[in-house]
Amino acid sequence: MASSPHPWLNPALVAGGLSPLLMLAVQGPRGELGPNAIEAALHQTGLLALVLLLASLACTPLRLVAGWTWPARVRRTLGLLAFTYAAAHLLVYAVLDQGLAWGTLWADVTKRAFITVGFAALVLLVPLAVTSTQRWVRRLGFPRWQRLHRLAYVAAALGVLHFVWRVKKDVTEPLIYGAVLALLLAIRVGEALRKRRARAAAAARNPA
Amino acid sequence: MRDKPPAEPPSSEVTPEKTYLRRRELLKNAGLFAGTAVAVAGGLHLLGRKQTRPMDRFVPDAGLVEQPVAKAMGPFDTDEPRTPYEDVTTYNNFYEFGFDKNDPARLAHTLKPRPWSVVIDGEVHKPQTVDVEQLTSWFSLEERVYRMRCVEAWSMVIPWLGFPLAALLQRVEPTRNAKYVAFTTLLDPEQMPGQRRALLDWPYTEGLRLDEAMNPLTLLATGLYGRQLPNQNGAPLRLVVPWKYGFKGIKSIVRITLTQEEPMTTWRLSAPREYGFYANVNPSVPHPRWSQASERRIGDFERRPTLPFNGYAEQVAHLYTGMDLRRFY
Repeated sequence: MASSPHPWLNPALVAGGLSPLLMLAVQGPRGELGPNAIEAALHQTGLLALVLLLASLACTPLRLVAGWTWPARVRRTLGLLAFTYAAAHLLVYAVLDQGLAWGTLWADVTKRAFITVGFAALVLLVPLAVTSTQRWVRRLGFPRWQRLHRLAYVAAALGVLHFVWRVKKDVTEPLIYGAVLALLLAIRVGEALRKRRARAAAAARNPA
Repeated sequence: MRDKPPAEPPSSEVTPEKTYLRRRELLKNAGLFAGTAVAVAGGLHLLGRKQTRPMDRFVPDAGLVEQPVAKAMGPFDTDEPRTPYEDVTTYNNFYEFGFDKNDPARLAHTLKPRPWSVVIDGEVHKPQTVDVEQLTSWFSLEERVYRMRCVEAWSMVIPWLGFPLAALLQRVEPTRNAKYVAFTTLLDPEQMPGQRRALLDWPYTEGLRLDEAMNPLTLLATGLYGRQLPNQNGAPLRLVVPWKYGFKGIKSIVRITLTQEEPMTTWRLSAPREYGFYANVNPSVPHPRWSQASERRIGDFERRPTLPFNGYAEQVAHLYTGMDLRRFY
């Protein structure tokens, strides 16, 4: 127990995080998702993918701002949950919504900007999910792994854009997610600048 | 032996303090696990607020229409399975009451569809303001079972009650200058709370070319499924133009104006590249953001191909001969 201060934390996140997906899988076939169940499933999986991705991106800013250490321990879980929902979102769209009509799918991905960016976001998440293990961190070396995983910000930005472009009129909700993402990014950029300035100051104080 | 006091349990059966503490730790962790899991699930559920079927009490008990209705299948009726009443009345786009599909069913009770005046003016010889009850009494109601294709690529089959718009227009006698018909929805943020946000240019307006308006398919509806129109479906009077996308079917009409010039319409004003004046159902002209080649009939699992003019080409294609329908979308 001493080795991990909150042994319940990650299992709880997995259980709680997957429960909406399980609910969809149970309610959908029973007709409990309303008149347009596929649209409801599409909407919910997409929204939760974005929510969880933003949550995973909030871990480091939370540590920087609040000084908490526990968010760092749930970052991978949140990221993998986000990927799970994004993959479910794609599957609902390709299999249930479009019935694997490859011609239509190809036309959608290549011609419809909002689908192009959504698809790109998911593609960007694949290498991040694959390299999410400790072994991959070691194999790549931490700096390279870290640089690779900054792609999560690009994926989240594309996800917000996908959401904005999909909405017919009221873009308030996607813009709220966009604002959250901008805030998280601002904290990271601010921190990077602060570090750079500190390094420069240190270098100026101790000229080699 | 029996009288001997019970022996102390052997020390091997006494829970060691370490184990005792570990059990407490385990219980505590189990509690934290459950609490966190429930909190996470609840939070995600709130954020993902999905459109579930509104509860039955939200489905209004619209009164049966008293006027007798001819029941024989008419020449324009489809015999496709009808979309259930519950779906027709709980899955609506009526932004005056909110943007989610079930918002109108939950929130449209603030609308008071009676008494209700309709102004008919513009290029007509007999302009007038008339109560909707009186207006309806001029005509015998017909049931029309039409396909309804939404621009969002879903569709329904709805048994409307109403009368041809042409009958009303003939009664008010359009002048020779009349070329278009403009329609306006009620503007009243008290009754339509969605109008407090200026996301669309309220009141909602729509329009038809006069020959489209005179086409026998074009209906002014006052009911559906043999009942009065529920508020969320556009009570007390709405337009039904089955070969056009659903947003042309303006709801809760308070004004019908005949004009010389093509009237501006709400969605065209909001997004001119996406929504045109004509808005004929056309599988070969995609919406800029999605395909219109297929649709999902509410209640169906698989998509079906979308038909030109929503399957009413025989009745209306002649209205557009020589027109480039890619340009006039």
